[in-house]
Amino acid sequence: MNTRASLWLGVLLLALSLLLCAIGLGVGSTGLESVWRMWGDPVASQIVMDIRAPRTLGAWAAGALLGLAGAVAQGLFRNPLADPFLLGSASGASLAVAVSLAVLGVSPFAEAWVVRLGLTGAAFVGAVGAVLLTLTLAKGVQHTLRLLLAGVVVGMVLGALTSLITIAVPQTLQAMQAFILGSTGFVGWQSLGIMLLSGVLCLGVAWAFSRTLDALTLGEHTAQSLGLPLRPARMALIAVVALATGTAVAHTGLIAFVGLAAPHLVRAAVRTTYAQLVVLASLMGGVLLLAADILARGLIAPQEIPVGVLTATLGGGYLLWLMHRRAG
Amino acid sequence: MNQTAAAFEVKGLSVSLGTGRFARPVLHQLDTRIAAGRWTCLVGPNGAGKSTFLRALAGLVPTQQGHVKVNGKLLHDYAHRERAKAVAWLSQGGADQAADDLSTYDIVMLGRFPHLPWLSPPGPADHAAVQQAMEQTRVWEWRNRLLGSLSGGERQRVLLARLLAVQADIVLMDEPLANLDPPHQADWIALVRSLVAQGRTVVSVLHEISLALLADDLLVMQAGQLQYSGPSHEPAAHHALQTVFDHRLSIHQVNNRWLVLPT
Repeated sequence: MNTRASLWLGVLLLALSLLLCAIGLGVGSTGLESVWRMWGDPVASQIVMDIRAPRTLGAWAAGALLGLAGAVAQGLFRNPLADPFLLGSASGASLAVAVSLAVLGVSPFAEAWVVRLGLTGAAFVGAVGAVLLTLTLAKGVQHTLRLLLAGVVVGMVLGALTSLITIAVPQTLQAMQAFILGSTGFVGWQSLGIMLLSGVLCLGVAWAFSRTLDALTLGEHTAQSLGLPLRPARMALIAVVALATGTAVAHTGLIAFVGLAAPHLVRAAVRTTYAQLVVLASLMGGVLLLAADILARGLIAPQEIPVGVLTATLGGGYLLWLMHRRAG
Repeated sequence: MNQTAAAFEVKGLSVSLGTGRFARPVLHQLDTRIAAGRWTCLVGPNGAGKSTFLRALAGLVPTQQGHVKVNGKLLHDYAHRERAKAVAWLSQGGADQAADDLSTYDIVMLGRFPHLPWLSPPGPADHAAVQQAMEQTRVWEWRNRLLGSLSGGERQRVLLARLLAVQADIVLMDEPLANLDPPHQADWIALVRSLVAQGRTVVSVLHEISLALLADDLLVMQAGQLQYSGPSHEPAAHHALQTVFDHRLSIHQVNNRWLVLPT
């Protein structure tokens, strides 16, 4: 019933997104003047159009995917601290990237296009594969606790395997570190297209099943007693979490806390049903990651801080604050 | 009671909870019928299987053996949505924190889901049903408040409105009086009486035996089996209560009502 407040928040977040996109175009090693000079200067034009624009929009898209996945995961697991990586997608992606790096013997910074695409594809397959493994171990989607435990087990085991590979093939260590910290630096127009497509698809499905998420707040039996098809809804929503995190992780690495914090920031402003929350959390995720990315690029320019470091620091601080506020 | 139609017919019903090594039989070969248009109360000691039986009536637990018929049709043969429209169920213990962020209006609207086609928004009839249900449990004035801002008893009344909003002919309630103070308990009894007067069937699990004895019929359970089923005023009902509670209670008649005290 908070439709008006939700609408205002949505408009505000969209406006913020546009503003940040404009700022994002101007931030980089060559500064704002590239934007002014881009019509006359092919190099400046290339910097803005081929590097900054897809990267800026890509950061927004990846953040939106993570925010959406976070909102769905928190509803699905009925736990406000659920993180979209809970089902093992992060560790699966890491393992797949580690394996590809060890096999291909390349660093993500020495990017030939094909290799980048290979790593992105591997990360996506790893993320989705890990979620499927979690589902198999949990024997389906019926038991929330079993799913969470299976996710933890998959995360730990795959994490251990990843460590083993990075120790066995030490030259992958630096590249792995870059992947684990996350970066939006490799997002091109094609990556952006894939992320937007996946985002629209995931948002549509999440919205279509948002009533089930609302009913689940009263418990699984109540949702069942309301005649909602729980099993198909769960499968669809888990697919949304897997696809959204898988796509984001594949293109930007492991970016912490955006998925956890975005739904909370929305709830701090408006309390509403999931139909609105999934949309607002996506917008909030986009704004968060884009803002963090601009900071990461601009704080000690021309050097860059890995954006994952920033989101982890800021997100961790926010979580602590939230915890103390709730406790106090 | 045999001349009235049956809302529920239960035949050889066995239910186990848990899976694999941890599976535990809870209900053993239950046979009973629950009359339509009456208020039936389920009583028995802790762990007797009352809540599980109520869930089985709502079709919320898998049954190992036997069957439940609702209005003469097997529960299994109902589509999810049809079953939800016919049988409304209120859980024990209210809502946990997950629902705190929803407004009471949104919570009560959840009761309309069985009536809403997929993806279609609630219509005027749904909004009217929500308002009517909220007025019945006197929570309409809190429609813009968040569930998390209410006390235990207030939350219970919102959840009760959620149940009423389904507008089902059969209403199942598990411990609906938990957290309610005596005036609101009296309101609840008046509400149940008005539902029954409209021809609806009410089945409730109650811990307060004195209040349970106000019901038309009583089902007395012990260790997953029925010890008595029939009118609540029969001496046999009182005898069954004495038996299942180990003769640790005394039943007195005060002002034409039954008063049950622990001894």
